Amino acid sequence: MLIKTSRYGPGRVRPSEITPKGVWLNRRELLKRAGFGAAAFAVPWASWPGLAHAGRKLENLVESGWMLDEDLTSLEDITTYNNFYEFGTGKGDPARYSGGFKPLPWSIRVGGECEKPGVIDYEDLIGSYPVEERVYRLRCVEAWSMVVPWAGVQLSEVLRRFQPTSKAKYAAFETVYRPEEMPGQERGFLDWPYVEGLRIDEAMHPLSLLAVGLYGEELPNQNGAPVRLVVPWKYGYKSIKSIVSITFVEEEPPTTWNQQAPHEYGFYSNVNPERSHPRWSQKRERRVGGSLFASKIPTLKFNGYEEEVASLYAGMDLIKHH
Amino acid sequence: MARAAALLRPGFAWVKAGIFLAALIPFGAIVAAAVSGELGANPVEALIHHFGEWALRLMLVTLAVTPLRRLTGWNQAVRLRRMLGLFAFFYAVLHLATYVVLDRSLLVEELLEDLTERPYIMVGFAAFVMLVPLAATSTNAMIRRIGGRRWRLLHRLAYAAAAAGVVHFWWLVKADVREPFIHAAILAVLLILRLPPVVPFLRSLPARRPRRPAAG
Repeated sequence: MLIKTSRYGPGRVRPSEITPKGVWLNRRELLKRAGFGAAAFAVPWASWPGLAHAGRKLENLVESGWMLDEDLTSLEDITTYNNFYEFGTGKGDPARYSGGFKPLPWSIRVGGECEKPGVIDYEDLIGSYPVEERVYRLRCVEAWSMVVPWAGVQLSEVLRRFQPTSKAKYAAFETVYRPEEMPGQERGFLDWPYVEGLRIDEAMHPLSLLAVGLYGEELPNQNGAPVRLVVPWKYGYKSIKSIVSITFVEEEPPTTWNQQAPHEYGFYSNVNPERSHPRWSQKRERRVGGSLFASKIPTLKFNGYEEEVASLYAGMDLIKHH
Repeated sequence: MARAAALLRPGFAWVKAGIFLAALIPFGAIVAAAVSGELGANPVEALIHHFGEWALRLMLVTLAVTPLRRLTGWNQAVRLRRMLGLFAFFYAVLHLATYVVLDRSLLVEELLEDLTERPYIMVGFAAFVMLVPLAATSTNAMIRRIGGRRWRLLHRLAYAAAAAGVVHFWWLVKADVREPFIHAAILAVLLILRLPPVVPFLRSLPARRPRRPAAG
């Protein structure tokens, strides 16, 4: 086995912890017989059987510097505890009701204030740019959090292809609208389609990721297949799922939760334990997957990415611009 | 004496025992799930929601007893009301205790912040506070001590408590108020059925048949 046990320290979850041993050994045997070489084992989770979904393995994953010395949230928890209102508002609804969603073929339309508007399809996206493995914290505004091993493409690399102009002050994102495949969209509790936005410097920040997978496999439908945004220093709802369009715009674009309740969800939505929220104290968070008696842990400013992103907001009042 | 005999009819005792056990099922089921580690990714949240939902449901069931009695003439139903109300209180206590102990780890500062800054917590706590005197005065001895008239007046707090519970649910939902709306609609119907002009109408409905006096 080429699994290195030291590299990820305590953050590395052993396959035996998430998979019945028999299934795991069997899988290894199958892989060996199928002629999978060392590449299949180059990353710790590349060979892990998906428990909650039958995702295809992503090829040619590249290591990145974005790793965390924290326990990964299990694949089962990441794929069964979701906020993806397109499939329903219950945490289990996305896993339960996303089976009819067909993520492929897929393409993203990119336009607005740029020199070369166009379309990028899924194969082009994962074939043209390095697909990196990045372990990020995910902090939901509801005061729970996870540690997720994403696979994805750095957003800035993709955006550069379309050559945004000096008028491109923001990037606006839109989720697919397919009520026939997304039962939540048949009901009008949010103004579909879901829209989100980033300031252009946030979008171009190296932490911003277009995720296409987790645990080394293609994204399950309930996690935003086939392409979603991941902005780890902001509350989870900024990380828009199943993206069909990206538009460069000059003015701050509308965002779904901000329209729903402006005093609760600001445009920036940076993780901030100092800003009191009318529903949830943001001072602490519950790490998903813990026991019934586990205490919440303190929430870090910018979700622990202060060093990387604080300079983006120099001089800004982050309580006012929440 | 005939009345006492009617109450002791074995049929009614079985109904009451059955409802007692049924009201314990949500408790047993969630304890079993907790012990076997089947509460999902966020077990504390699962417990809080489960207990809160059952507290509210049982409040509504309790408030349905009197209209049901008027509608059907099944007067014995009133003997179930105290038990159902106390079960609602039981789940409300578990709901609050899970939140205070498991979710907030008894941190006074956080609890005070919630109580002063979060409207849905304030109204939820108000609902609980209103239930306390109702539970405390639920014994026969207390009814006698307070006097039936004043006791009935006090127990009208149940309407306010249920309304506060529904508002608590409504305010904590981020979007999609379908479920709180269903609870609110049921409560509204139960309150309308208590309006003085409605009560005689309820009693005149064909669903009400004269009950035969108890045998023996």
